[in-house]
Order: sequence, then C-alpha cells, then structure tokens
Amino acid sequence: MSSATLFGFCSAAIVGLGLFGLIVSPHPLRRILAFNLLGSGVFLFFGVVARRGAAAGLGADPVPQALVITGIVVAFSATALAVALVLRLFALTDEAAPTSEADPQAGAEGGHS
Amino acid sequence: MALVFDIGIVSLLIAIGAWMIMARDTLVAVIIFVVYGLLMSIAWVRLSAVDVALTEAAIGSGITGMLLLSAAARLRQTEGAGARPSFPVCIAAGSLCALISAGLAGVVLLPADVAPTLAPLAVANLSDTGLENPVAGVLFAYRALDTLLEKVVLLLALLGVWSLGSDRAWGGAPALGAYVPPNDILVFFAQVLPPIGIVFAAYMTWTGASHPGGAFQGGTVLAVMWLLVMMAGVARAPPISSTKVRWLLVAGPALFLAVGFLGFVIAAGFLAYPVDYAKALIVLIEVALALSIGVTLALLAAGPPERTPQP
Repeated sequence: MSSATLFGFCSAAIVGLGLFGLIVSPHPLRRILAFNLLGSGVFLFFGVVARRGAAAGLGADPVPQALVITGIVVAFSATALAVALVLRLFALTDEAAPTSEADPQAGAEGGHS
Repeated sequence: MALVFDIGIVSLLIAIGAWMIMARDTLVAVIIFVVYGLLMSIAWVRLSAVDVALTEAAIGSGITGMLLLSAAARLRQTEGAGARPSFPVCIAAGSLCALISAGLAGVVLLPADVAPTLAPLAVANLSDTGLENPVAGVLFAYRALDTLLEKVVLLLALLGVWSLGSDRAWGGAPALGAYVPPNDILVFFAQVLPPIGIVFAAYMTWTGASHPGGAFQGGTVLAVMWLLVMMAGVARAPPISSTKVRWLLVAGPALFLAVGFLGFVIAAGFLAYPVDYAKALIVLIEVALALSIGVTLALLAAGPPERTPQP
C-alpha cells in the first residue's frame, strides 16, 4: 500500500470522526472543534489527490495545495467568527439569567448559531 | 521504513482525533486539537506539501488553537450546558458517519487510471511569472482571483467579529490580556521573541517566491508576535477606530486590487502581470499582503472590542 492511500484512509476516518462530533457534541465550542476536525480531513483528502497528481518533477500537484492553503485561512476566519458568536451568545444569556450556569437552553440555542 | 512511519502518524492522527471528540473537558479537547494540528503538519510534509505544512502549523494549529483556548477558558462555567443526545441517536449518527467514511475510503481505493494533475502545466508556465515555487505561482498568478477574494473574506469575517461587540464598546479596543495575570515569563518572551519573529516573517515572505513559504505563513508569524506582545501587556491592543489600523487592514487587498486593474493597461487583463515585471509585482503584493494578513489575523484572534473607547 502506498503512503498516499494510507493518508487517504486517514482522511476518510477523520471526516467521519469530525461529522460525528458535529452531530453529538452538546457544547457549541465543541462543535466548532469538530467542524475544524472535519475540515482538516477534507484538506487531507485534497492532499492525497495532490500527491497522486505528482508529475513534472514535483512531489505533488501545486493546484490542490494552493486550494488547501486558501481553505485553511478561510476556515480560520469562519472559526473566529463562530467563536465570537458563541461568546456573545453566552454573554447575553448570562446577562439575562445570571444564576443559570448549566442552562440547557443555552446549549440548544448555540447549536443553531 | 517510511511506510512504518506513515502508519504511526496515521494511527496517531485518528486516535488523537477520536480523543478530541470524546474528551469530557473542552479545555483538554482544545489542547488535543493543537497537538493534532502539529501532527497533521508532519502528515503534510509526508505528502510533499511543505507549503501546506507551514500553513497548517501556523494557522490550523497555532492561531486557531490560541483562539479556541481563550474561548474555552472564558466559557469554563458553561461546561456541561446541554446533554449529549441519547444512546440510540449516537449509534445512528455513528453508523451514518461510518458509512460516509467507508464511502470516502472507497473513493481512495478506486483511483482514476490516470491521476488528474495540473502539475505539468503549472511548471511549464512558471518561468513567465519569474517565480520558482509552483504553489506561489498558483496562488498569485494562475488563481490570483481566489487569493484576492480570500483576503476579502478575511476582512468580512473581521467586520463580523467587530460588530459582535456591545454597542458602548464600539470604537474601543479588544480586551486581550485582561484574562492573563501579569506574568514575568510571558513579558520576557514578549520582549525577546518579536525581533526574531519579525525577521523570520520577513524571510518567510521573501523566500516564498522560490521556496516553501510566502505571505500567508509570514503574515501569521507577524500576527502571533503581535498577539504575544498584546497578551503580555507590553503594548496595548489598538482601538478598532484607529485610522492607522484600518489602513493596514486594507493596504494588502487594495494594492492587490490596484495591480489587478493595472493589468488592463500594462498586461493582458484583470490580474495579469507583464512578463518582465511579474516577479517584482508579485513580491510587492506579497509584502503588502503579509502586513495586512498579520494585522487581520491578530485582530480576528483578539475578538470584538470590549473596552469602552477613551474620548
């Protein structure tokens, strides 16, 4: 088995894990983490495609590599926006009900944001 | 031997990814995420994508990890909000995800007879751009529009983050550093590391034309250095109404766009470069972009304004 195939299986497993975390995690911050895991699995899949497209003396096709670099930066900006939304959401729910520390409603609402 | 190493990396990645999903504590999960990102950059090196490995280590693991760590520390009290779905739901979700993984693995196992690749084309036209790093060629010449729009996405995300501050803090500064108690070691590093970091960032940006590196990676190093200085309290975070900061934010994309339009006059069209000056123009854009990316990423990680502006 070539190492590209091996990393391909790895990316498949990571996409599954990330998707699972996205569905079952109760806390919005954990969902953001799972979203990042899912994204990195997809990027790794691109990496495998790039590695298989090695030609012309290059170790990997540069076009998917450039797409992944762009993707990583965009994923970071999406994460920063999502984190700011979650922090604002919890700040607002705290103002509304200062004593409700383990308010299940907060988690449920966070899931939709 | 190499295959044994790859098997080790792959099993570690999967195990650490699973641990990250299963960990009870969010702070622990974020720390695992940082470790995962560093392992992932080793995987990228194994896939001969050193540019991506640098980006993954700097952005995917470093600055995202920092952002999530501070968020996890601030949301400590909300730990346990909401309950995990019931066991049957978890089983159903698990089987669905396993099915998707199996589907992807199937795609991996059945590759096309001739692997699709644009590498020969990318290499054949690289001499026209004056660059030697084909990834930089794709980013700044062949697919320059993607790179330009990505900068716009970064700015839009920053606008979104800023607009999430409370009304009375608008125009104020992010409250970075307020959550870190004064700490001699942090202050020491914030004074010693930035000069080295800035030289390293300049080198990364410059060398990106011929070797792995470039504006993204250089800009991220700049961002991290600035965040370190702000968190240690060596320098205060700037208010978001600062004209200087706003100019720095738009300088890179604006120059990129201006060179793009200049292409109508001096070259074949939008975002085209004249062959003689291609490398000079690209390096100029990269330098401006590295500065703008540094400021944008640092402010994205710093979060919305929280201090009321001083009159």
